[in-house]
This record gives sequence, structure tokens and C-alpha cells, in this order.
Amino acid sequence: MVELRLPKNSQIRTGKTWPKPAGATRLREFKIYRYDPDTGDNPRTDTYFVDLDDCGPMVLDGLLWIKNKVDPTLTLRRSCREGICGSCSMNIDGLNTLACTKGMSEISGTIAIYPLPHMPVIKDLVPDLSTFYAQHRSVEPWLKTTDAAPDKEWLQSRADREKLDGLYECILCACCSTSCPSYWWNGEKYLGPAVLLQAYRWLIDSRDQTTSERLDNLEDPFKLYRCHTIMNCSKACPKGLNPAKAIAEIKKMMIERKAA
Amino acid sequence: MASYELIDHEFDVVVVGAGGAGLRATLGMAEQGFNTACVTKVFPTRSHTVAAQGGIAASLKNMGPDSWQWHMYDTVKGSDWLGDNDAMEYLAREAPAAVYELEHYGVPFSRTEDGRIYQRPFGGHMTEFGDGPPVQRTCAAADRTGHAILHTLYGQSLRHNAQFFIEYFAIDLIMGDDGACQGIIAWKLDDGTLHRFRAKLVVLATGGYGRAYFSATSAHTCTGDGNGMVARAGLPLQDMEFVQFHPTGIYGAGCLITEGARGEGGYLVNSEGERFMERYAPNAKDLASRDVVSRCMTLEIREGRGVGPKKDHIFLHLDHLDPKVLHERLPGISESAKIFAGVDLTREPIPVLPTVHYNMGGIPANYHGEVIDPARGGPDATVPGLMAVGEAACASVHGANRLGSNSLTDLVVFGRAAALRAGKVLDRKARIPSVNRLADERILARFDRLRHANGSVPTAELRETMQRSMQEDAAVFRTAESLKSGVERMSALYPGLKDLKVHDRSLIWNSDLVETLELENLMASAITTVVSAEARKESRGAHAHEDFPDRDDVNWRKHTLAWVDDDGRVRLDYRPVHVDPLTPEAEGGIPLKKIAPKARVY
Repeated sequence: MVELRLPKNSQIRTGKTWPKPAGATRLREFKIYRYDPDTGDNPRTDTYFVDLDDCGPMVLDGLLWIKNKVDPTLTLRRSCREGICGSCSMNIDGLNTLACTKGMSEISGTIAIYPLPHMPVIKDLVPDLSTFYAQHRSVEPWLKTTDAAPDKEWLQSRADREKLDGLYECILCACCSTSCPSYWWNGEKYLGPAVLLQAYRWLIDSRDQTTSERLDNLEDPFKLYRCHTIMNCSKACPKGLNPAKAIAEIKKMMIERKAA
Repeated sequence: MASYELIDHEFDVVVVGAGGAGLRATLGMAEQGFNTACVTKVFPTRSHTVAAQGGIAASLKNMGPDSWQWHMYDTVKGSDWLGDNDAMEYLAREAPAAVYELEHYGVPFSRTEDGRIYQRPFGGHMTEFGDGPPVQRTCAAADRTGHAILHTLYGQSLRHNAQFFIEYFAIDLIMGDDGACQGIIAWKLDDGTLHRFRAKLVVLATGGYGRAYFSATSAHTCTGDGNGMVARAGLPLQDMEFVQFHPTGIYGAGCLITEGARGEGGYLVNSEGERFMERYAPNAKDLASRDVVSRCMTLEIREGRGVGPKKDHIFLHLDHLDPKVLHERLPGISESAKIFAGVDLTREPIPVLPTVHYNMGGIPANYHGEVIDPARGGPDATVPGLMAVGEAACASVHGANRLGSNSLTDLVVFGRAAALRAGKVLDRKARIPSVNRLADERILARFDRLRHANGSVPTAELRETMQRSMQEDAAVFRTAESLKSGVERMSALYPGLKDLKVHDRSLIWNSDLVETLELENLMASAITTVVSAEARKESRGAHAHEDFPDRDDVNWRKHTLAWVDDDGRVRLDYRPVHVDPLTPEAEGGIPLKKIAPKARVY
């Protein structure tokens, strides 16, 4: 039976409104999802006010300003703060993206922040990504060769190397996969856009010698073919990559090898 | 104290940290057949290696003549003759094999026309023992080399039997009465449980402590955790006064713009539109070593030739380069400049400022990765059961100043070296150390004290005060006065650690407590930095002391060792630099007279 409402214990309530910082003249309102695993109480949204004159321009700056100056219990992942580590992915203003590269000025009105959708929440903005990581592992994301390795590097033409552009830059932030309705529905069995992008990165690497085996591994009604070209993935990717295209390329490879 | 249940694990080897060095060490240990755990506070691909941009140095000769001896010479000169010659030879000699290994693992290096690994020029890397023009030695994957390497190493690690403990925060080393390391205690963030890892060998690969400063290219997670653990174990830290400022952090945000930008032809200008580096370093120009360029920029600003309304930064020009080159070789910084400086670098210069970037100092180690403790019998005595690799360690391959693109080389070369050494010296039949209740209790008592800390200073507040103090007092240029102030301020701040206020009382993903544990590690790193700097009465590499502007090899060509106690009292001692390389000249080694100290001119 399809459940169209959130289960009772997942319904989000209105939480606390924290006081405005004293003396601040330029304020920005944040509404942030909170979940406390120790109490198991329903999640809530707390309201905070950030002093823009005391804070950097990015959403992450705002979140850390809140954590440092207002409420140290606010919990999120963050590390590099420059869009390369993929830690601070979350749902901001209705879109999955990185808090560190999203400017507050890009958003109008209250800045609403939720964890990446449709993932189990550990605490506040920290989702459990272990299924996502296990799926990544399942595509064997490493170079596989059958010939003996050369003394120096494997040669690769510039044209062949260029085929990896737009693929290898993935930071595994999961913004794309968790924006995909198909992944929401079949997240256990459908690999999702991020992992398929990575699968394609190894399929198309001219140095890899196990293309056929890799395709066999994806030949399955769910792993690959649950992509219905909804394209949320490509819209969400904070690095400007195009997972939907990579998935289409894999499907093409599947057809081509059947025709061959 | 609340009682804590410890979940037990037994391994041959426990690696702490999963950046480039940690993953390479983990892989190597597993390859040696050791039962290996890798304990990391962040998912491996979130480690700060991911942010390395420009490349990894190795004399592959893909772009022209080169040799490991030239690479070694440049590293020695870059270190301002403080590096250990055995370790620096090992780095330069093993670098090509390490890069080929990475390529075989699958790193998507950029390519030359004939399909080989593309190499670019980088600061301080020259030909002909420094006498020739810049060499193209830095192997690059566009300007995302660290990302490419870290993701590839992570992929490789999935093939091996090593066991990963991800989002476990290592609290402290378990040290035996005999001074041997017996394991670690770590805290699993997602369920709040505590874990005791007992092992024959612990390898610290915990990275640097850039976040001891207010403005750093370093990630929020670069908090010197290994340094803190070692300091609390009563062991010394080495050469902590040498903190590298990268010439080109984005003004304001502090995000890194790779030196590869200058390698590809970028240059710095002052408010008069002058390419001032030509004046300071006529041969290497904008590709002089980082300490030199950072000082020149600071001098230009100080003499009123900074750019911007406050004349407080410098411009980096790339707008003269072919947009195709920018797109192919520098796409990452094109994006960063846009996001963090609002600059289209095909049209406008990037506002930049020297920004804290790298710690040459750290846990003293030999070139096998074994941690040194002179108290155990001589300047090269090692601590049983403990290794350190990567930025956390001080082998010392970078001496007083690291050359750009030598850090990625360091990670993989010494990560591998640690595993090779363990393969030789670790007794496979020996028993895993038994439970050490006294040590466990000490560790848990500290954890419990911080968890319930209910003083008057929030963690974030003490951290910011520390960061501002370090930024002001131990910067690009130091004076006797600034360093005295630094010592006084840091010493005054230290008792603040006993008056912290932690708000979150949970054990599940308590990031308030994580940051508090990290702050203790940062404070140990910061205070040893200023005290070591205050004592060093000379200028060498990144330590530019205005009251002692010259290098003094007679009195100061030696490594600083610094111990810090719980109250922040620091004790200093020194140990000699290793001047002998590994290979004698007669067997193809570098001629000794080539690496004898001399004036450092670029």
C-alpha cells in the first residue's frame, strides 16, 4: 500500500524561534530542520536570525555563524568550505546543493534548510549515506586491466583523456541522487545518478579493460533502467556535471553491444 | 564520571586518518598481509587531500630533461637547509615510481600530445641544480590533482581487505608504561559508542593544523588531531614554528588558488601595475618558492603598493592567457574565483593574499615513518608501535619551507614507506597488546570532562581568540615583540581550556564536543608554534624574523623539539639535522658539495 503521508513520527513541527542578535541591523532569517536522535521527538524547524554584518556571504557561513554564536547544538557536516569535499550537501531553498558554494544573496526571503531528502536522518542536517556509499562500491570504482602494467604510465591520448572530463570531477555529495524521484522510490535497487556517473567514468576510461564485465554488472531492470530522464540530477549538481547524459551513454553502450 | 562501555577491536595496524597518506598507508599495510583498520573522522573523500590542486612533483622527464638529483636539490634549497637529507633523497628518488603507481591505480592525469602524464612548472622547481630555467616536474590532473588522487586511492582501498571505521573520532593514543603505543580509543559519531582499538602499530596520518589561524586555505577539519594526541602522550612536536603561507589565497574567503596558475603563466602585480616578483627573484620570478613570494607580497603591501580600496592585497593576473588553456588546465580555480571573488578570470585579475596553507612541522619521524622520541636514547630513537606520515609528520622532507607539489609526493611516498617498514619490522607472531586499564581511564576521564564541560567560555569563542592571536603574532613576518606577545597571549588563553562550555550533551553526532576535542589539539599545536618561533633567533624558510633577518647555520641548523604539558607550559630542546643523504656520490647520489648550505637566491 502506498503511503502518501509522512509517518506520524516524521511529521515536522514548528520548533523554537531563537532571539535576534542584539544590535544587528541587517538580519537574515533561517528556518532549519532539527532532529534529536536522543529524544526521538518529531523533527522540528527552528528559526534563527543571522547578523549579515558579522558573517560571510555563503549559506555555510550563515550556518556556522549560528553554530558558533547562537546554538552550538546545530549539527551538520562541513569541511573544505570551497566546494570540493562534498560534505555540506543539503536541501537549501528547495534545492539540493552545497552550503559552502551557495550564496545567501541567491535566495530571496527566509532561507529554509533541510537534510538531503529521502535519506535516513541521523541528526539535524546529517543524513545516513551508507547505502549510497555501498552502491558506489558496487560499481568497482577502480582501474581494472588484464594486460601487465607498463614500467611507466599507461598511455592515453588527449582525446581519450578528455572523455573523462565532466565525470571524474564528481565529489560524491549525493545532491543528484537524492533529488531523483526514481531514486526516492527505488533507492535500494536503483543505483542513482551519482553512482551511474561514476560507473560511466570507468566504462569510458580508455585504460580500463573490463568494459564488458562492467556492463554485465549494470544489466538489470533496476540498477540502470530506473532512470526515466527526469533530469533533476543534472539540475541539482553543484559541480555542473550531467549525470543524466552519462546514464544515457551507458544505455547506448548497452544497446550497441547487443546490436554488435 | 559516567561509566563508558568500550567496544573492543584487535588489529595488527590501525591507521588514523584517510587522506592521501592514510589511504596509501592503509593500502600498503593490507598488501603486506596485516590485519588493518583505518579510523577516520570524515568519509575518506572528504579529507583535505581532496583540495590539493596543482599537482604532484616527480622527475618523470615527460616535458624535458630532469633528474631525481635536481628534484632533491630543489627540495633541499626549498627547505632552506633544514630538511633531513636522507628523507629528502628518499622523496625525490621514489617520486617517479609513486606517480606511475597512482597512474596505474587510475588517476586521470592530464596528458601530453604523446599520451604521457602532463607536467607543469611550479615554484622552486628548477633545472641544473637551481642554475637553469624552471623545470616542468609537477604531474597534474587539470587543477584538481588532489581530488583525482584521493578518489582514486579511495577506490583502490575498496579492493583491499582493510577495514574502514568512518566517522569515528580518535580521542587519544593508548600508551604503555614502557612508552610503546598500544592502540587508540575512538568515538563512533553515528551511535555514540566508544571503541578501543588495540594494535601492534598505530600510524598517525591526521594532517595539519591550519585552523589554528584565522585565515587558512585549510579545511575546517584540519585541526592537528595527531599532534594533540602525541603531545598528550608526552612526546615532542618538531619544527612547529614553520608555517607556510601560500601566496595566493583568495582575498577575504581564503580559498586556495593553485601555484599552478603561475606555473601556467600567471603573474602578480602591485598597485602600480608592476610585476614586482621580477625585482625580487630575477631568475624564478613568480615561481620563486612560496615563503619568498609571500614575503615579497607582504612587503609590497606594507610599502603602500597593495591593491584595492584598503591597499591590502595583490592582483594575480591570468587574463592574458588563452581561455582554452584556462578551461583545460585551470577549470577549478576559474570556478573558485567566480564563486568566492566574483571574478571572471579571463577578463579580470584575482585579488589574493598570503594565507596559511601548510605545516612543515609536526610529529618527528624518520624516513620510514617511525616516530622519534629522543628521551628513549639519542636524537634518532624511535617510539615502539607508533608511526606518523603526511602533513602530520615531520620527517623532515620540507624543512623550513615546503615546495609546492611536494606534499602530494610526500603523502604517497611515505604512506608506502611506512607499510614497507612495517613489513620488515613488525613481528607477525607477536600478540596484540593487552588491555591497559589505567591508560583507558585517563583517556575516558578527559573525554568525560570535556563532554560535561560547563564553564564560561564557549568552544567557538576560545577558538576564534586563538585564531586571531596566531594570525597577528606568528604571521609571514615575525619580530621579537610579536612573538613575545604571541607567547604571552597563547599562554594566557591556555587555561581557557579548563573553563570551556559545551552545550550539546549527546553522544550521537555531538559536533560541539568534536570541535572541543579538536580545539584541544589546535591549542597544543598553536602554543608549541609560537614558543618554538619565539626561541628561534634567525630567519629560515617560512620563519622570517625581522630582528634576526639572516639564516644562522652555525647556531640554528637544527630541529626544534617542543613538549607541552596540560597547563600549556612548553619545554624546548633541539636535535641535529641529518646531513648525510642515503646514496653516496660514488654510487650515483647527489654530490655533497651541491647540497652544502649557501645563500638562497631564486
